[in-house]
Amino acid sequence: MNEQVTQAKLTAADFATDQEVRWCPGCGDYAILKAVRTVLAEVGARRENTVFVSGIGCSSRFPYYIDTYGFHTIHGRAPAVATGMLLANPDLDVWIITGDGDGLSIGGNHLLHILRRNLNCQILLFNNETYGLTKGQYSPTSHLATRSPSSPGGSIDNPVDPASFALGCGARFVARGVDTQIGQLTEVLKAAYHHEGAAFVEIFQNCIVFNEDVFDGFTAKSNVAEHQLQVEPGKPLVYGADDSRGLVFDAAALGLRTAELGSDSEADVLVHDPANYNLATALARMNNPEFPMATGVLYDNPGPVYAAAADQSGSDGNARSLMDAMRAGFSWKVAGKEQ
Amino acid sequence: MNIAEGSASPEGNTVETVVVRFAGDSGDGIQVIGSQLGLASAMSENDLGTFPEYPSEVRAPVGTTYGVSAYQVHFGGRPIKTIGDEADMLVALNPAALTTNLDILKKGGTVLVDAGTFSERNLEKAGYKASPLEDGTLDGYRVMAPDISKLTLESVADLSLNRKASLRCKNFWALGLVYWMYGRDRQPTIAWLNRKFAGNPDVAKANIAALNAGHAYGETVEATAQEVARIEPAPGIYSFVTGYEALAWGLATAAELANRKLVFSSYPITPASPLLHTLARLSDTGVTTFQAEDEIAATCAAIGASFTGGLGVTSSSGPGIALKQEAMSLAVSAELPLIIVNTQRAGPSTGMPTKTEQSDLNQALYGRHGESPLAVLAAGSPAECFEMAIEAARIALTYMTPVILLSDGFVANSSSPWILPDIDALPRINVANHTDAESFNPFERDPETLARSWAIPGTPGCEHRIGGIEKDYATGHISYEPENHQKMTDVRSGKIAGIAKTIPPLEPDQGPPEGDLAIVGWGSTYGPISRAVNNLRARNYRVSHIHLRHLRPFAPNQDELLAAFSYVLVPEMNTGQLAGLLRSEGFGNVESLSKMTGRPFQVSEIEEAVLSRLESSDE
Repeated sequence: MNEQVTQAKLTAADFATDQEVRWCPGCGDYAILKAVRTVLAEVGARRENTVFVSGIGCSSRFPYYIDTYGFHTIHGRAPAVATGMLLANPDLDVWIITGDGDGLSIGGNHLLHILRRNLNCQILLFNNETYGLTKGQYSPTSHLATRSPSSPGGSIDNPVDPASFALGCGARFVARGVDTQIGQLTEVLKAAYHHEGAAFVEIFQNCIVFNEDVFDGFTAKSNVAEHQLQVEPGKPLVYGADDSRGLVFDAAALGLRTAELGSDSEADVLVHDPANYNLATALARMNNPEFPMATGVLYDNPGPVYAAAADQSGSDGNARSLMDAMRAGFSWKVAGKEQ
Repeated sequence: MNIAEGSASPEGNTVETVVVRFAGDSGDGIQVIGSQLGLASAMSENDLGTFPEYPSEVRAPVGTTYGVSAYQVHFGGRPIKTIGDEADMLVALNPAALTTNLDILKKGGTVLVDAGTFSERNLEKAGYKASPLEDGTLDGYRVMAPDISKLTLESVADLSLNRKASLRCKNFWALGLVYWMYGRDRQPTIAWLNRKFAGNPDVAKANIAALNAGHAYGETVEATAQEVARIEPAPGIYSFVTGYEALAWGLATAAELANRKLVFSSYPITPASPLLHTLARLSDTGVTTFQAEDEIAATCAAIGASFTGGLGVTSSSGPGIALKQEAMSLAVSAELPLIIVNTQRAGPSTGMPTKTEQSDLNQALYGRHGESPLAVLAAGSPAECFEMAIEAARIALTYMTPVILLSDGFVANSSSPWILPDIDALPRINVANHTDAESFNPFERDPETLARSWAIPGTPGCEHRIGGIEKDYATGHISYEPENHQKMTDVRSGKIAGIAKTIPPLEPDQGPPEGDLAIVGWGSTYGPISRAVNNLRARNYRVSHIHLRHLRPFAPNQDELLAAFSYVLVPEMNTGQLAGLLRSEGFGNVESLSKMTGRPFQVSEIEEAVLSRLESSDE
């Protein structure tokens, strides 16, 4: 009977737990939770083979609300715990849920290493540019001059850009989504799921209590067209009302610039190639409002996966028994008296 | 002068045990010849103990005192439990090695030096104003001072090696002479050289020629040769193992006995790294090793592996263990199996990384936040490293708890002959995962062990979420209820206390189970305490030796056993941490014998301490 139940096609509702969701009403996390449940159902994920691992922070409560295996660990360390899970069982489908403070401040080191090692997992970084759970201090992604309880005169640290950080670490899949753009977010999460290796997704998530509307510049309905470029593989990199603007290569600056289509040469508009690392890096570095904010799958270029490599080194067809291994060093036999 | 006067047996020129200490520049190959003498002695039906001492610098400048590397071998015809307080013979391959090691040579002992290195410049580097070969420094010792450099060059002259490569063979020349003096068979070393330098036969030939030349030199100059008593070793297949090798094999064996994948996750640190190296070479037996980005990640990855059904193990030394503490408390709270190996070194902070100490006992017992009880074990010899690794796994898996296993730089690097175990004959560690979806509750407890129910990813119907937040006693869901926290705190501590029920009763290692004086030790003080008590008992002193392997919880009868002695002396390489713990458990007559020099206890230090207590208690 069990067999039948587990093999039936699951719906998004099947991934909900009996736990009451305890985020603030109106938090962007609700939309992300819904998108993730939808994606799990659509890709045919098995509950028993799926693990959600998180650190500490508002986003890290996420595993309690998904009916799979889940581990709510300690601040910043979810990538390390996930690494151990994949070392013990590379067949698991592991999702890491982190935030801008958890993933880029206290856990920045682990995020770097899981990306460069390329373990097979999905990493969702909910970026709200604030420490919500500890009541609104500025975070490593907060823009300069952010006023907060710990920066009453405005923050003075330069922010880190999560997507650029991931690309710099050697990530082979880097994408961006927005909590209010469910259609795109769902597609991005599906692409992350299907990518072999570490898939990094930054999700702009609105914290309605401590940092409301901080992403309005490119996420408000009235700003999306002019200030957001939703990239798609093989499609021209255009944006604006009626796709009137696009990205062209600026040879002199070795970078990108925006151009008015029609007045500039339309033939030079760049086409999105997710396997092009330099393009991905340039897209990630585009600052709004000088540039549109690039969202969607910026980079998708699979490489060797760590757990698979580790497994191969241990089983090259010449497996030894432990007893043989112990005897392989210098050993000698002492016979009993009767011999 | 008899070179082993102190331990000469009645049979004239046969000695019971011998201590040889090699010292030279860190590039002289001291460790190699030391371990070769150990191997040759093991093959000559001797028991033995060895210990290397090397500088922290990878290659210190040639000829300096801080660049001296040493290796001590204690071998003979009785069970050997220490490396020997004093050396019967010192081989010093340069003046710096002589000046830094002469204090370990017993009066009347033999000193072999390479006269070819006693140049003015080398003497100056060693701090000698005049040559110690001429100014009376070595009066009272038996001095052998051939020009080993020159004799080595002559012995390999026929081979096509350059001068530098030829000189590099002088360690084997010295070893050849030592072999002649103590009747060692050269064959195992020749076989080892042929295997080691299979790709470079000229180097093998040169070292063999030097070894033979040193041996022939002994015969030619009629150096005093000693017969060393033999033991009758138990039958079996032997290997020469260090503490870290035995610990590595113990962990791998434990995983096999539990039918689980060993995931060993560590970050390099002296003196713990050899454990990682040894296990990395066992990957073809199914062991997974992971060199993490830091100590925290190493611990967290081990926890992740255990969550997934593996046996997660992490390892470090004191400063690294400090970094692991937050994650260890997560394993306490989530109630997951985890082994943390601490190869202790002299602290605090960087301290003396290559020197030994037992100063992390309090860290193991108390070094976490909140009420975070876990089990603490200690290993005091290579053989015990193997046994306690398996014991750590048994406790971790049976009780769903982290376990700290304390080793130290001394036991990790000491080596002795050891009968390789038959894994099939060892008791299995049978801990099943929960697979029945109908009855699953992650925090349902085994009534006997109080261990929670363990289901692993991949098991349909047992999906569950756990974490570091306090859990409801009945359901495992998040709970901030006051009474529940009290109950969970009590059950976590009761679970650890209950482990005692499965620990074998403690018995004295030597001596009666009651009396005036018990010497109580743990970890690597085992050897010196054991030998001291053995010597004292041979002289009819009433003293017992009690060796603790379980430090939390204690063996169930430990209170009773210790209470049967009027006085307890605790030698420790710390300032009295176990002694303090025993006092806090209500034992009044506990005295600490502390040593904090980075070196193990000498047998004589313990003997003297015991004698002074016995005398004063007689008054």
